[in-house]
Amino acid sequence: MSLTSYFMEATYLIASILFVLALKGMSHPETARRGMFLAEGGMAAAIVGTMIGNHILPIGWVLVALSIGSIIGIWMALFVPMTSMPQRTALSHAFGALAAALVGVGEFITHGAEMGVITRGALGFEVMLGALTTTGSLIAAGKLHGTIHGKPIQFRGQNAINLIIFLVMTGSFVYFWMHPSVIAAFYTMLGVAFIFGVMLVIPIGSADMPVVMSLLNSYAGLAAAATGFVLSNNVLIIAGTLDGFSGFILSVLMCKAMNRSITNVLFGGFGSVIATASAETGGVMREISLDDAAMQLAFANRVIFVPGYGLATAQAQHAVRELGELLESRGVTVKYAIHPVAGRMPGHMNVLLAEANVPYSQLYEMEQINPEFPSTDVAVVIGANDVVNPDARDNPNSLIAGMPILEVDRAKSVIVLKRGQGRGFSGLENPLFFKQNTNMLYGDAKSTLSHLAQAVQHV
Amino acid sequence: MNPAVLIASVYVFALAAFLGYQVISRVPPLLHTPLMSATNAISGISLIGSLVLAGTGSSRYAHILGFIAVTTATINVVGGFGITDRMLKMFGKRKDEGKKTAAAPATGASK
Repeated sequence: MSLTSYFMEATYLIASILFVLALKGMSHPETARRGMFLAEGGMAAAIVGTMIGNHILPIGWVLVALSIGSIIGIWMALFVPMTSMPQRTALSHAFGALAAALVGVGEFITHGAEMGVITRGALGFEVMLGALTTTGSLIAAGKLHGTIHGKPIQFRGQNAINLIIFLVMTGSFVYFWMHPSVIAAFYTMLGVAFIFGVMLVIPIGSADMPVVMSLLNSYAGLAAAATGFVLSNNVLIIAGTLDGFSGFILSVLMCKAMNRSITNVLFGGFGSVIATASAETGGVMREISLDDAAMQLAFANRVIFVPGYGLATAQAQHAVRELGELLESRGVTVKYAIHPVAGRMPGHMNVLLAEANVPYSQLYEMEQINPEFPSTDVAVVIGANDVVNPDARDNPNSLIAGMPILEVDRAKSVIVLKRGQGRGFSGLENPLFFKQNTNMLYGDAKSTLSHLAQAVQHV
Repeated sequence: MNPAVLIASVYVFALAAFLGYQVISRVPPLLHTPLMSATNAISGISLIGSLVLAGTGSSRYAHILGFIAVTTATINVVGGFGITDRMLKMFGKRKDEGKKTAAAPATGASK
């Protein structure tokens, strides 16, 4: 082994250690940023090590590719608004997975003939996972961005067709694995994997995106890990596995937060189910005037804001922070309750509120905040619906029965900010809206919140 | 790949999986979005595979694939780290207005 190869291996070892330390830093907001500097350093070291170890440095057009990628990457990092974070992350998954798939194809072209059985198997996984994650993530990004309709796209016999596509994909994988000389099998696998990625994501509704995002995150990581097996490169295996497991853990957490299994999310097409005669709650929704709502808030002792995806679509995060601060200056205790699947990706709400300067000490997880609702004077629900639906807890026949909810209905009084009288993504009636202590405030969340703030000032 | 290398790789995979589970299950839900974009950026490590393909590939076709792979993987890495840092900067911020004037200076956000 030459000196430069030793140097390269050393940078890989350092990068691996720094990646783990970086993720360890993520356990607290105070240390997270410093941790990411370590990961960035590790990545830079691995890149430089690779360029020196493989004598790539003098090749100009590699530098051109690096520069183009950096410019696009920096542009994405700087100018993407926080509300678009889910689609940006999905797009990023697509880019990373595409790179893994292309490396696999390149490996096949260059070394395909002399590959052993094991390497060929890893290569198949890399290309399949990479390809289906690429198209799957692009579809997810399109749905999140609204380019593609967010509603689940379903048709008769969908699961059967998907099964056939899956069988063709794995079949050509096995065929390629046993008969490496048949080049067509490899490219069939690649092409069908691209199609499978599309088919996997189109039947899933926007509201289930947190699970899909986490799964695609996991696949992208596993594709990188498979690349590591193909190239016998440990840092690829380590970094890919860390990502794969992180995505996996997040998917499990998201599924738990919806009380559904991963298979149900992927093949259930939940978002399209039209509520079948959900228990008629009856009663009427009571509207409240802006001034009355402001009065309630101004004279409360404890207020909890419950943001949902409606807050993100209305870009109302700054408006809610202003109202919150105004209430605090009047001596009201203000907290924010965050449901794990509020928003379109894990932790989405936290990021939006942090962007609006809400200190993270005011953001509470579901388990922490639920016991506090009974002693809360006013709970303000902003564009959330299913995560506060008491049917999930009380009505065993409900479609979302068993899903853990924020127990807003136990607060002394509830104000619901809602765009209109429509239903949530599950199409379910929400008994919370008909309760005695619930008042509705219709309109765009952002303008409603800023009007509320003005009204509170005049109380 | 000979069996000895495979076994070593499987060890690395298994230990990384275990370590990843231990480390990542300690990340609070508060930081799940930055976590996802951070691990996404880290898995952009397939950039080094792309570099090898671009730099040492034998055919023109391999070079073209390598060029595209280096570009997309770099977008993944640079964009991922950039946006993660932007998010974490927001979480580091303390509330420095209003009545809490006695708030301690931010120590975590240094450097």
